Amino acid sequence: MTNHWIDIKNTDVCLIIGSNAAEHHPICFKWVLKAKEERGAKIIHVDPKFSRTSARSDFHVPLRSGTDIAFMGGMIRYVLEENKYFHEFVNDYTNASFIVNDRYTFNNGLFGGYNPATKLYDKSTWQFEMDEQGKVRRDPTLRHPRCVLQLLKKHYSRYTPARVSEITGVQQETLLKVYKAFSETGKPDKAGTILYALGWTQHTVGVQNIRTSGIIQLLLGNMGIAGGGINALRGEPNVQGTTDHAILYNVLPGYLPVPRANMPTLAEYNKMTTPVSKEPNSINWWQNRPKYMVSLLKAYFGDYAHRENDFGYSWLPKAEIVKNEHDGDYSYIYLFDKMFNGELKGGSIWATNPAQSLPNSNKVRKALSNLDFLYISEIHANETTDFWRGPGMNPKEVKTEVFLFPSCHRAEKEGSISNSGRWILWHNKAVNPMGDSKPMGQIMIDIMNKVKKLYEKEGGVFSEPINKLNWYKKYEPEVVAKRINGTFVSGDNKGKLLTGFLDFSGDGSTASLNWLYAGTITDKDGNRLKRRSLEQTPLQAAIGLFPNFAWAWPMNRRILYNRASVNKDGQPWDPSRTVIRWDGSNWEGDVPDGGAPPLSHEGGKSPFIMLKDGLGQLYGTGLVDGPLPEHYEPVETPVLNHGLSNQLTNPCAKILFGGMDKISPPGDPRYPVVLTTYSLTEHWCGGSETRNVPSLLEAEPQLYVEISHELAKEKGIQNGDGVIVESVRGRVEAVAMVTVRIKPFKIQGKTVHLIGMPFAFGWTKKGIGDATNRLTLWAGDPNTSIPEYKACCVNIRKAETLTELD
Amino acid sequence: MKLTRRELLKITGAGAGAIALGGIGYNYLVMESYAKKLKIKGAREVISICPFCSVSCHFIAHVRNGKVVSTEGDPGYPVSEGALCAKGSTMLSMINSDHRLVKPLYRAPFSEKWEEKSWSWMIDKLARRIKETRDKNFIAKNESGQVVNRVDALFHMGSSQMSNEEASIVVQAMRAMGIVHIDHQARI
Repeated sequence: MTNHWIDIKNTDVCLIIGSNAAEHHPICFKWVLKAKEERGAKIIHVDPKFSRTSARSDFHVPLRSGTDIAFMGGMIRYVLEENKYFHEFVNDYTNASFIVNDRYTFNNGLFGGYNPATKLYDKSTWQFEMDEQGKVRRDPTLRHPRCVLQLLKKHYSRYTPARVSEITGVQQETLLKVYKAFSETGKPDKAGTILYALGWTQHTVGVQNIRTSGIIQLLLGNMGIAGGGINALRGEPNVQGTTDHAILYNVLPGYLPVPRANMPTLAEYNKMTTPVSKEPNSINWWQNRPKYMVSLLKAYFGDYAHRENDFGYSWLPKAEIVKNEHDGDYSYIYLFDKMFNGELKGGSIWATNPAQSLPNSNKVRKALSNLDFLYISEIHANETTDFWRGPGMNPKEVKTEVFLFPSCHRAEKEGSISNSGRWILWHNKAVNPMGDSKPMGQIMIDIMNKVKKLYEKEGGVFSEPINKLNWYKKYEPEVVAKRINGTFVSGDNKGKLLTGFLDFSGDGSTASLNWLYAGTITDKDGNRLKRRSLEQTPLQAAIGLFPNFAWAWPMNRRILYNRASVNKDGQPWDPSRTVIRWDGSNWEGDVPDGGAPPLSHEGGKSPFIMLKDGLGQLYGTGLVDGPLPEHYEPVETPVLNHGLSNQLTNPCAKILFGGMDKISPPGDPRYPVVLTTYSLTEHWCGGSETRNVPSLLEAEPQLYVEISHELAKEKGIQNGDGVIVESVRGRVEAVAMVTVRIKPFKIQGKTVHLIGMPFAFGWTKKGIGDATNRLTLWAGDPNTSIPEYKACCVNIRKAETLTELD
Repeated sequence: MKLTRRELLKITGAGAGAIALGGIGYNYLVMESYAKKLKIKGAREVISICPFCSVSCHFIAHVRNGKVVSTEGDPGYPVSEGALCAKGSTMLSMINSDHRLVKPLYRAPFSEKWEEKSWSWMIDKLARRIKETRDKNFIAKNESGQVVNRVDALFHMGSSQMSNEEASIVVQAMRAMGIVHIDHQARI
């Protein structure tokens, strides 16, 4: 989230798209309702299914799953053509005036530089025109045909209400009503927020879905302000924190890109990953990246990391470079594909249940049986721990050796987690772990210590990084938290804790496991994550800011890009919702994004400090699949042509095809129905914890499928009937829930049906059903590799007999 | 004046001083005799956080004799203000669930059952497997001759259930072993 949970109450219009906040983040929804009740805010819910979120909204916009860019593209067009955008904001704080080079093209759904052999773009034609000093050429009048604003206008002129309606299935008058309501927030004293969740990310156009919100929020001046922003409602217990700490193949802690094979030295790494800007007003924060990398290496290897050995940089593994859609990608999709092909030998699966929650579960389950060994840390047995005795498996034929470690509950250990609003919160240990269970941190330390002992005793291949690791004897969360925060390791301040980013150095005198978390524990204040004070100034109280409760990264800033909430003179666009304000010599309110004075003052800086040029990117060259979002159909789609171009699906989508990875062709008459999947209030994700709580299982006891009355009639299905849902990959039994919550869509004059299923039910609880993900497919977003769970094609029929359900 | 039980207890210092009570219109003696019957009487209050969505609602665990005897929402966390959803409300039975794994379990190749083993037996055997696999499959250079110093045959998955400290530890260990196949729930 750029903002935070409580801040939702400050909004005038709340657009919830790709999220069912009321059911999946129930407690946050009171802040949505508070905005509605106390400010008269309008709530818009854009989602294929009517839910309890829709019930509390002013508008429910049911759109066909996977057509969000068409919907949002239509809104961009409306905002521009109706002149609803916030001119001063767009002029001062975005790259609207930047001129794109004259080789830029967009033809028939493809941008310039596309290579069908690699499914990648050569991005040189997307770049900006530069002047002799290396600065971007601009046209402040915004009239140049190749300036960003004009390119936006041209690109989205094709997204007419008629076209958008044909694609999404939403009536034109509904589209216009909603576009009008949200674009009212383009006024300086109005705030609009966008809330999204997995309904936006789990598509082969996931990142571009979110880019549309970036464009809209910049056009309307909704970034940095109270009641505004782009707010990802993160769904997992500490997914914000575990992303920050990089349990991911592509980054190291603190969003440092992972070293690749073409970066043999630290100098090469720094050169290739550190942005350089010639813009005088840009802070270009990532120019500090080398300091963070050296400090991470110092934290990893302690005194063994020094200038003479490149701080141990060579000890870090190097990933392959990205040569095509598949190479250099070590995410779930490819990890399981290699496991399936026998290329992986062993590994760890900790507190996650891929046999239930990854797409094409049949393949995932088969892949696990091709491993030599597996070590798992879990709180309950589930479909992954017990895969070797699952449906269709003969344990006597499964070679995989499984080590299952009991891990304890959060209440049985202390430590910190980061909520969706980036507040880092300390939780305390209530009781000792049950039985012989242990915290996962302790388990990892014990395993690694044993591995280290073996290497020390026996030697082994490339043993330096293991022998020289700055490791732990036992698990003491606060000791780890201090290493994360970082310390001075030499010089006058040796041994002292770092107080913030500005303390970092690239000479090896500082060590930190995550620069973003610097400032969490200080010598002066102790562990700030334990703070529970509700103290606030009147300015902070007016917008529900609690700067003394816990601590938020970065630097305890509660609203990111808050320098965009003020004009060039440092005065808030809307004084009644002041986030920060320049009092003539200082900022007051929230912690400002960078300490520089307002833009109109000497030394003033642009607000978007993490971006190279300091300006919000209406047009951006950073993504794999285009500088502007373009609508493409899901990889499995009921339509043959969407009418915007002949490019039916995302040209860069990562798709596995062949063997168990079957994909049905567009408009396949065997699978004419769109399936979307979702979570439940009573079960959490794959369900392996909540299924074992009797009251929750009683509330939601079995796998069901929501279908419209129209489809039920067509298929001869009654409410409560057992049904079989089939895709080209698999077959799932469920109970039919015939409902008005889902309606058929009219797409290009034809009826398209959509059905919805939860995915929380698995075979380890007898008679409740098994993985819905046996139906879903391995097609991923080209930027993130997040699979397209939210749209695939299936068919549904009444079952003669049921074996998976009691 | 409307007060929740918890707020009342806060004001009265958990039933300690009767002096302030006249002002809030409660009969202290009645309150006290009721409190005696409460299963949380004398319990220690510990604040933890619901392990589900990232609203991160706080809850209070009431601990007596080393056991969590009750859980309720924590009104001191300004986001949830004491509220919990259907899942968070069941924290007590989730913590004390008799379905939980409490012993290290081992499944031998081609076996049809789990066997209970000690921690040290498990970790000794696993560390040996990791070392053998790493040493046998280590890749110093890739096909183009570039130095990569990595192990493709090992992987790690999970978890967003970890605390920040645990995540940091796990990532450091995996990178030190040369593992690049690393992923977790952020991608699903």
